[in-house]
Amino acid sequence: MSPPGVYEGVANVIAALMLLLEFGMLRQALIRDQVRLYTAQSALISVLAIVIAANRNLPELYALAGLSAALKVVAVPLVLRRLLGSRIGEEAPGVAGSYTLSPASAVLVAIGLAAFGFFSFGSLGIHSRQAPETALAIAAAMVFVAFGLMIVRRDVASQAIGFFSLENAISLASLVLAAGLPLLLETAFLFDLLLAVVVFGMLIRAHHARSESLSTTDLTRLRG
Amino acid sequence: MSGVILAILIVPLVTGIVSFWVPARAAARITIAAGIACFGLVLALIPEVAHGTLSYLSYLRVDAVSGVFLLATSFLYAAVSVYAAGYLKGRSERYTRRFYLGFNVFAWAMLAAPVMGSLALLWIAVEITTVVSALLVAIEGTDGAAEASWKYVLIASAGIGLALLATIFAYYAGAQVLGEHSNLAIEPLLRAGPRLPHTPVRLAFMLAVLGYGTKVGLFPVHTWLPDAHSEAPTPVSAMLSGALLATSFYAILRFYQVASATLGSGFPRDTLLAFGIASLLLASLYVFGQRDVKRFLAYSSVEHMGILAIGVSFGAPIALAGVLLHVMAHAAAKGNAFMGAGVFTIKYQTKQMSAMHGGLALLPWSGPLFLLAILALSAVPPFGIFRSEFQIVAGGLASGNYAAAAALVVLVTIAFFGLATSATAMLLTPKPDETAAGRPGTGPGPRADGSAVAVRTRPLASQVLTRGEPSAWMVVPVVAGLAVLVLLGVHPPAELTELITRGAAQLRGAP
Repeated sequence: MSPPGVYEGVANVIAALMLLLEFGMLRQALIRDQVRLYTAQSALISVLAIVIAANRNLPELYALAGLSAALKVVAVPLVLRRLLGSRIGEEAPGVAGSYTLSPASAVLVAIGLAAFGFFSFGSLGIHSRQAPETALAIAAAMVFVAFGLMIVRRDVASQAIGFFSLENAISLASLVLAAGLPLLLETAFLFDLLLAVVVFGMLIRAHHARSESLSTTDLTRLRG
Repeated sequence: MSGVILAILIVPLVTGIVSFWVPARAAARITIAAGIACFGLVLALIPEVAHGTLSYLSYLRVDAVSGVFLLATSFLYAAVSVYAAGYLKGRSERYTRRFYLGFNVFAWAMLAAPVMGSLALLWIAVEITTVVSALLVAIEGTDGAAEASWKYVLIASAGIGLALLATIFAYYAGAQVLGEHSNLAIEPLLRAGPRLPHTPVRLAFMLAVLGYGTKVGLFPVHTWLPDAHSEAPTPVSAMLSGALLATSFYAILRFYQVASATLGSGFPRDTLLAFGIASLLLASLYVFGQRDVKRFLAYSSVEHMGILAIGVSFGAPIALAGVLLHVMAHAAAKGNAFMGAGVFTIKYQTKQMSAMHGGLALLPWSGPLFLLAILALSAVPPFGIFRSEFQIVAGGLASGNYAAAAALVVLVTIAFFGLATSATAMLLTPKPDETAAGRPGTGPGPRADGSAVAVRTRPLASQVLTRGEPSAWMVVPVVAGLAVLVLLGVHPPAELTELITRGAAQLRGAP
């Protein structure tokens, strides 16, 4: 098996950094820092799109990278900051310490999930002409960690960030498997994400207005 | 016919936007007009799609399978828009206009989904249904609504994320044969089906069943469903149950078609059978012991989605025809049941079934109509669900799935007892006395501005319940739904039968 070239190496490093940021979001207690990590992760996906565009001669990916950056690096964090308002700059009630597991246990569980995602998708033998298959396995690992984040954190802000980072993981998988997908559809996906962000933000605000907390521990009224 | 397709996509959206800016009374009227117009437009499409597939601008496509789902959704849109005019009486202007904006956009997204000719656009339409309906679930502004909407948006969005991954794997599979610039159009994917690589198609199908299955309410990803259905305003509950679940199931059917063309029918059918049986088992047991009338109906929806999955897994033409008929009959029956439940919750000021007695005597129209809706949902003849379930079971036997067909009959019978015992207690048990007394509960109740549902967990103390209907608007659409159920059960129109037969053939791989 030949070692990866510079292009594959760069793509894999970017994907691995995205996975590390996913772990950072899982571990981070403050919403403000979670949004920053999400922004960095989103910036990396745009960088990866540019790398693939340059290396594989796919000019439409430049446009996608620009759109993605405009939406995920600028608009989504801005909308989140706006909707969360003052709650984002402080240790909002119900966010820090919202783990169902201890932070260390949560990270250990996430490592297990990431390993499962990485090796299970890595063994599928799906080859891409656009990007290294390792990046697809890392995207799968990110999907599992994002689900883990939504499960182990009991506050609405972290759960929303978990969903947005899940979308980043799917974008990474999309760059590997579907780099040639028409720009029109990719753009529609991105605007759909923006719509989802707005709705998540509105529901977070509504939740905070009712309970004066971002915690979900009291969302147990509906059972059975 | 392309003008008709475009009109179906334009009318509800424009109505939604206009509804937000006009007085509430006008919003109600134009929504009724839009609902009826959309149903008429879909009816106009049916003779065409019963004999061929309509395509427009390469992104819009209506075939017989789409036609069935369009019929179900547009009928419910029309019926519920009439019902909502009565249900929203007394609500504030602001609430009503927000409601109609969301309601029409929600209907638009559900009508758009079956018209989309590409798996990517289908995903976008289903995603829009999620975000809009989440806001509609939250619109009551109660603790329960906030909790239900958050659970719904989080769980359904995670599911939709998996469905997006499924779409990407489908693109990857298609690109191997159709080239990098294929646009996930359904038609070319189906034609290329036998040449697509197996692993990505298998993965795409599994992810689609899990992802879209979250919105269908298939076990074990159904957990949002009872909460959202019980806490949403009743017109929204009816649309969620009768139309949204079916729309999501439609998305699974598209992946099923591609997977069957590539992998053969074994794997897709086995997968759906497993999910279907598990869902039906869970729902038939959970129907017992439900205290909230809308939760009770929500579990019935899980049951019927399980029946759809099992029906597809049988694969026989008669079973697939039964599935398509079931989609329409379930939309009418569940719409009726929820609309009836809405009248009960207004009458008794509670959603608790234990506090509802003597419904037949108190509600001269809605009482019997609710009973008939429950009987229809329980597959009692002569209603459409009896015919559709009969066809599904016959298809199971014809395809040699004896154990699954037997399990279906047993579980549906268990669910029947659950539905019948709860409903008859509500309707036939006489009131302890003329005064339905109890202490006021702590559930969602009316706000000072009249913006929330007038529903309590127990009836108001010393409230005297008088015989009569809250509004004629809330009775008329239920009568129409009942007529449709009888029509589907006794003698479906020839064009409809042709549509269903063609749709069943398309699900078996016909062009």
